[in-house]
Parts: sequence; structure tokens; C-alpha cells
Amino acid sequence: MRTLSIDLTVNGEARHWTIAPGDLLLDVLRREGYFGVKRGCEKGECGACTVLLDGNPINSCLMFAAQAESREVLTIEGLAHEGSLDPIQSAFLEHGAVQCGYCTPGMILAAKALLARNPHPTEEEVREGLAGNYCRCTGYLKPVEAVLAVANAQPTGRRRRHE
Amino acid sequence: MSNTVVGHNLRKVDGVKLVTGGAAFTDDIDLLGLLYGKILASPYAHARIRRIDTSKARRLPGVHAVLTYRDVPRVPHTTAGQAWPEPSPYDTYLLDSKVRFVGDRVAAVAAETRAIAERAIQLIDVEYEVLPAILDMEQAMAPGAPVIHDEPDSTKIYDAEHNIAGYILREIGNVEQGFREADVIIEREFRTQRQQHTPIEPHITISWLDPDGRLVIRSSTQVPYHARRQVAMILQLPVSRVRVIKPRIGGGFGGKQEMLLEDICGALVLAARRPVKIEYTREEEFYMARSRHPQILRMKMGTKRDGTIVASQMTVLATTGAYGSHSTTVQGNTGSKVLPLYRAEHMRFECHVVYTNAPVAGAFRGYGCPQGFFAQEGVVDELAHELGMDPLEFRRKNAIRLGDIDKLSAQLGEGKEGLPRVIRSCGLPQCMERGAEAIGWGQKRAAGHAAGGTLRRGVGMACSMQGSGIAGIDWASAFLKMNEDGSFYLQVGASDVGGGADTVLSQIAAETLGVSLDQIVITSGDTDITPFDVGAYASSTTIISGGAVRKAAAKVREQVLQVASRMLDTPVEKLTCGENHVSTVCECSKSVSMSDIALHALYKEKFQIMDGASHFNTDSPPPFCATFAEVEVDNETGKVRVLHLATAVDPGTAINPMQAEGQVEGAVAQGLGFALVEELLLDPEGRPLNPNFLDYKIFSAKDMPRFTTILVETEEPLGPYGAKSISEVPINGPAPAIANAIYNAAGVRIRKLPIRPADVLEALKAKNQ
Repeated sequence: MRTLSIDLTVNGEARHWTIAPGDLLLDVLRREGYFGVKRGCEKGECGACTVLLDGNPINSCLMFAAQAESREVLTIEGLAHEGSLDPIQSAFLEHGAVQCGYCTPGMILAAKALLARNPHPTEEEVREGLAGNYCRCTGYLKPVEAVLAVANAQPTGRRRRHE
Repeated sequence: MSNTVVGHNLRKVDGVKLVTGGAAFTDDIDLLGLLYGKILASPYAHARIRRIDTSKARRLPGVHAVLTYRDVPRVPHTTAGQAWPEPSPYDTYLLDSKVRFVGDRVAAVAAETRAIAERAIQLIDVEYEVLPAILDMEQAMAPGAPVIHDEPDSTKIYDAEHNIAGYILREIGNVEQGFREADVIIEREFRTQRQQHTPIEPHITISWLDPDGRLVIRSSTQVPYHARRQVAMILQLPVSRVRVIKPRIGGGFGGKQEMLLEDICGALVLAARRPVKIEYTREEEFYMARSRHPQILRMKMGTKRDGTIVASQMTVLATTGAYGSHSTTVQGNTGSKVLPLYRAEHMRFECHVVYTNAPVAGAFRGYGCPQGFFAQEGVVDELAHELGMDPLEFRRKNAIRLGDIDKLSAQLGEGKEGLPRVIRSCGLPQCMERGAEAIGWGQKRAAGHAAGGTLRRGVGMACSMQGSGIAGIDWASAFLKMNEDGSFYLQVGASDVGGGADTVLSQIAAETLGVSLDQIVITSGDTDITPFDVGAYASSTTIISGGAVRKAAAKVREQVLQVASRMLDTPVEKLTCGENHVSTVCECSKSVSMSDIALHALYKEKFQIMDGASHFNTDSPPPFCATFAEVEVDNETGKVRVLHLATAVDPGTAINPMQAEGQVEGAVAQGLGFALVEELLLDPEGRPLNPNFLDYKIFSAKDMPRFTTILVETEEPLGPYGAKSISEVPINGPAPAIANAIYNAAGVRIRKLPIRPADVLEALKAKNQ
């Protein structure tokens, strides 16, 4: 079988992968032990396999691993730093936004990307930002509350409101 | 003394691993030599396999096993994960020479990669004798209809010759007499559709032989113990040679109360002598897993002029699809959990559950009640209008109340006679009051208020109830042992499928033992390690498994106090547990920490503090729910926009209110999909038309209307710390509340689900003519 080698960064660490040309990013990430990347539909419809590619949320089931050459991939495993959770992860726990947890990694990463480009979204913008991540457990109320709580707690948010 | 753990919004005990992507789910393991299993699905709705040649597939390099009906034991069984002996018909085989729906199993392979497995499937040469199929449930019992289960060895089918999987007839009082006494009678027909659970994690099973040659099955299941028993029976192994492990589950909703992949995966392991994984693709999940039973319901109710309901009657035709999984039990619930909500003296429930060559129905959150309440609450709303009463007032007048005995439940149990239900806690009046307040019922009832242009707004409501475990059948056990640091291992057979059972059960243990939640380390759902539990279904876990945990913890607490008593030289009656210590309640104020007690017991007294308990109830206390909807109907397009859903629920005590709210919100979201958009469609040949998320819509974050969730807590004497249940009951309300709101807005009655714009438009046109 033909193989090819690629270099990329996953969660801040340099990685060198030997892959088949047709391998999907989802499959290679899971094969490499990034189990937080979930398989839900393999058609880019459910968002469970969301990862950040150079900071942007993408469905890893719709992308060839080869396309990640020289790019930066962030999976849920790379979000917590030195044992302390990202504020979005904490907020999901505090607000009861996690039920079965299967859509959670994708949803948290989508929220991470949203807050990076828009630190103070409205509720509508949060709902839009999470619209690519299906959840069958929560009805989305608590995930939306969790993301809004993180946004409201960001210091620049308070400054901006006082302006 | 107030509770310190129960009733508090504590974080999920399994939460950190879920938000950090820990290897928690079935597929999150690496096994050396793992093979990929794949099922060849029938392309025909009804056919006999005349010839099947697997030689080409077997010769394909990388293929390690190919199984057809000729290679496996033929053991009639049901896939329904129910307590033994299951009330569902034994009409299913591991593999058979006949296929009964598009998606039925023809053969299975195990190969080194997914690509090879998919290729091997294509290389199996099958000659089918295609048989006439029945897809319309109203044709299933017709004379001369093709017989779907003509095999001689199936058992417990009500009338196989006429495709009747199950039949139910129950009556209390005399409905004929009741209707003669009634001043106003309304009878209507309602239709409900095939809804699919769509857990974000499709069904998946990974199985292997351990070094002792025992079959280990790691599976996304709600019922590890039932699955173990069923797999052992089907593969003809002793139960002791099978171990089922339930890791974290990516959503179940009843769809995983089913032994669905465990048997075929195990059979492939035994054939290949290698570990095997089988997972459904999303497409397969839609039609090869389970769905909600479609029903046609005729609901008839009669009242006195003063609004007293005297008789209610429900006649149901339902289809279970090709196999009778949960057939009589789901439909039994449609009667037994729905009709008794109103105190009619005369009640009658009759139901035929028929086979069709359609995907198989099964357990789905609500378990027959969403269909039943859609019909009943629609007729109740019409009766109120006919009588000129406020529907809220009409319901208040007739609803079941504290101290009532529901006699229909006594007649209609889990596939047999049941037990009477006594209402020992009931927050329904407060649910109605607070839900009405949240939606603005009083102000907004003024019929058909315009909202600009062609838009009309209206409000509607529905009431419902459910159960908390199956009376006299569901039972659970729990075991606790103490560690040197004062923590406790809690082992339960209960199956957390995402709803938070591990957290709730840990909270019950921590409260009873007087320790903080982090002192409880829970293991759940591993048949080698944890004691028996029927599994996660019938809204049973909090009340039944929780009851077992409370009993076990009380026994262990007693042991803790005994040891502390010796250490503090104080009688047990003068001691109490709290804040991870045992303290005296007298003035001397002595105390000893849990860790010192554990060290003392283990190393000085040579005694392991540990105990277990089992628990069941002979009654199934109903949680109650009142759902209120505000909608906007476009008179020109028939489009219905839901603006607000307010749901007030009486779950008894909420052990973890935040989690309880989450259960309500998730159920309401699924009920909203059931009301408006979700339906698995079949073409005339029985092939699924929309088995993907583009064509089968489930709502996303931006599709959701405003939700209001209200918990009306009561104290249920039969539940641990007063808890009943919550996960199912809120799913019953959205469809009828929305349909009733549409009437309030636009003056049309929609009695078919999902409520499509085209149907609303047609009704509007008919009304205006």
C-alpha cells in the first residue's frame, strides 16, 4: 500500500505521521490515541469530530489527514494546561452542560474558536457558533449558558460594558 | 437536619474525563489484532434466502470469519433488554434464512480492516426469493396478507398467522355504561410516526476472549446484565463465560435497552478467535437500530355537563416493525400510564400490535406515552372547548390526585397483570399553576391574537405522568467498601447512559454516610465486578438503584458507627456521621475521622467495612408534568414556530437539581422534534429515504425556542430521600401542547405527527372553506 509522511503540530507538539493518502484526519487522530475526537456520522453533519485547525473548527471526518501537513491541530486533549481546565471546560461542568459527553469535546472546541474570534458574543451568536454540533441530551440550554458565562467572566467584557 | 450532598448542584462525578477527552467510551481502547466486523444487510423488505455463497468473501485476504445462518446456533429470542422471562415475543434469530425488513441481517464478516470488511460483504453472493411485503400497518391483519413470522419455532407471538405480535384488552368499570351517562362525547383519530433515537454515539460493541477464554463484551448498552444473559443463551455459553462491560455511553434514550450487536460480535469473536469491533454507521443506526412505534390511536372521552370525565377509551393500532421487541410493553404503557391521569370511573384500553416489514421499533424515552398523551391531551382540549371551560380548569377538575388509586395499572403491568398504583406524592396542581404563570396563560388565552401580517399566536398545554421503575419487576443492588483514607468504593450494576446516574447514586451514598461527594468512588455496569441491576430504563435508576445504594450505605454506616463506638468509647446511639467524621452528639464533643476509622478497622480490628443491599418496589410512583407552549402560526404558509416551551415537573426530590433540569431540557428537545420534524420515512419498497442528519432533521442550538424549566419538588415515601424520576415524563408534553396552541392560534386541530406546514395549511384551507 502506498504511504506518505507528513509533519504537523498536534496540541502544540510536533508530530510525524506515516499515513495512507486516503486516510481521514478523524481516523488518524483516533489511531494516534486522540480519543476525544468522536465519530458520530462521518458526513460532516453532527460535529462530534470537531477539531481546531489553525484555530478554526473543522469536521475532521471531512478532511484527509494529508491536508493537515504543516498545520496546527488542536484536539480536546490539548485544551487543559498543566492539569488546570480551560474556563470553557470548567463552565461546562459548573453549568451541567455535560450529559453523556459524546458531543462535548466538539462543542467545547467550537466554543473555544467562537470566543477567540468574538470574546463577547450575544446568545444568538453563541447558538450560531454551536449550531454545527448536535447534542441529543441537553437541549442546548446549559451549553449555551456555560459559554455565555465564560464570555461574561472575561475581563475585557467588563471593560467593554463600561464603555 | 438538612442534607449536605443530596439536593445540591454538584458537578458530575465523571465530568472531568468527559470534558478533557479521556478514553471513556466503548471505542476508546486499542486492542492488538482487532478485527472489524460488518453486517450484510438485506436490500429487500421481505425475502427468503434461497442460496448464499460466501466462498469469494472467505478467500479475500484479511478476512477471518464469515457467518451465515448455517454457521450459528438457531435460538429464538427477543433483543429487548427486559427482565427474564421477557414479555416480548421470541421471534428473532442471530442469523436466519429469511429476512423481514430492509436492513435485516443476512450475513456478517470480520476482517483486518474496515475496507476489507466492506469489500467482503460485497463478495457474498445471495440469491433471494423476494416475498410480498407489508408496510402499511392497517393492511397487516387483512385476510391473505403475507405472514411475516411463518417460522415454526418462534414463541410468545399472539397470532403469527395474522401478523399480530401482541394484543391487549383491559377495562375497569363499564365504558359502554359510562358513555351512556355522558353528556358530551368526543372521539378522534390520531397518528404518530417513526422517530429515531439518534444518540450521537451510534451502537458499538467490541468483544474479545480473555486469557481464560471467557467472552468479554465491551458495549454501548443500557442493559449489561440482560445482554450477558441473552448473549449466553444465543451463543450457548454458560453465563459465567460471558462478561459485559458498559463504559461511558454516548446517549441511549431507550435505543440501547436492546441486545443489538453483542450477539453477532461475540459470534464473530468465537469464529475468528480474534477481538472484533462492530459499530453502526450513522445510516445503519437509523434503520438497523430501533425506533419509536408508529401508532394510530382512536381516543374517546365522555363528560358530564359540569366537566366531570366519566369514561375514557383508547383503541390503538401500532406496528413493531419486523420483530416484536418491546411490542406489548410499550403499547401497554400507552394505556396504563396515560388513561389514569384523569379520574374516569370507566376506562377501556384495546390495542393490536402488528408486524410489518419495516425497521424494528423498540424502547424509546417515554415508552408509548408520547403517543398516548398526544391523543388524550388533544381530546381533553377539545372537550374543554366544547364545554366552554378553560382547559387548565378542566384538567384541574379531573386530574388524578394525592391518595388516589390507579386501578388500570393493576390490570396492565409489564406484559402481565400489574400492581395498583397509589398516589403518595403529587405536585401536578403546582406544576399546572407555575407552568401557566411562566407562559402567561391568563393573558394569552384570548383566542387567536394576531401577531402582525399573516401571523397568529396562541398558547396550549398538556399534562402527563410516567412511572418510576416497573412495579414488582425492576430491582437493583449495590455494594460499598471502605478504604484506608476514609473513602468508599461504590459498586452498582446501574447503567449511567449519560443522564448522570453515577453522580446521583454517589450523592445518595455520600449523604447517607456523612461524607463529601469526592469520598465516593463509583464503578458501574461491569458484570464481573458490580452486583446485579436490571439496567437503565423505565425511569428506574434513581428510585430503584438509588434505593439499593441508600440501603447498602445505611448498613455500611452502621458498621462505621460500630467501629467508631469502640474507638470513642461511646454508644452508637450517641454517634452521628457528617463532614467525613463520626462525632458524638453529647456534650463531650469527641470525634474521629473516617480515615482513622478505616485504618483502625483494617489494621487493628482486621475487619473490612463493607456491605451490600438489594432493592425493589411494589409500586411505581408517577412523576408528573405540565407542559405549556406558545406558538406562532403563519396562516399563509402553515409554518409553525414555537416561541416558548415551559415545562413544570414533579420528580419528587431532585437529588441534583441541575442534572434534573438537564433531563427535562433534553426530553423537551426530543419531544419538540417528535412534534415538528422527526420522522424516518420509507419508500414503497420499505427502503429508508432519509437515514442521515441532512434529511432527518434534529434540532441544533439555533433552532431551539425559549425553554423554561420548573422543578416542583415533592416528597415521595417510596423513593430515596423522596426522589421519584424525571428523565422520561417531560417528553410527553411538547407535541400535544403545541397542537393545542396551534388551535388557540389558528383554530385548526392537527392530529398527525410530525406537524408539517403542509398539513397545517391544508387544515387552514379546509377551515376557511
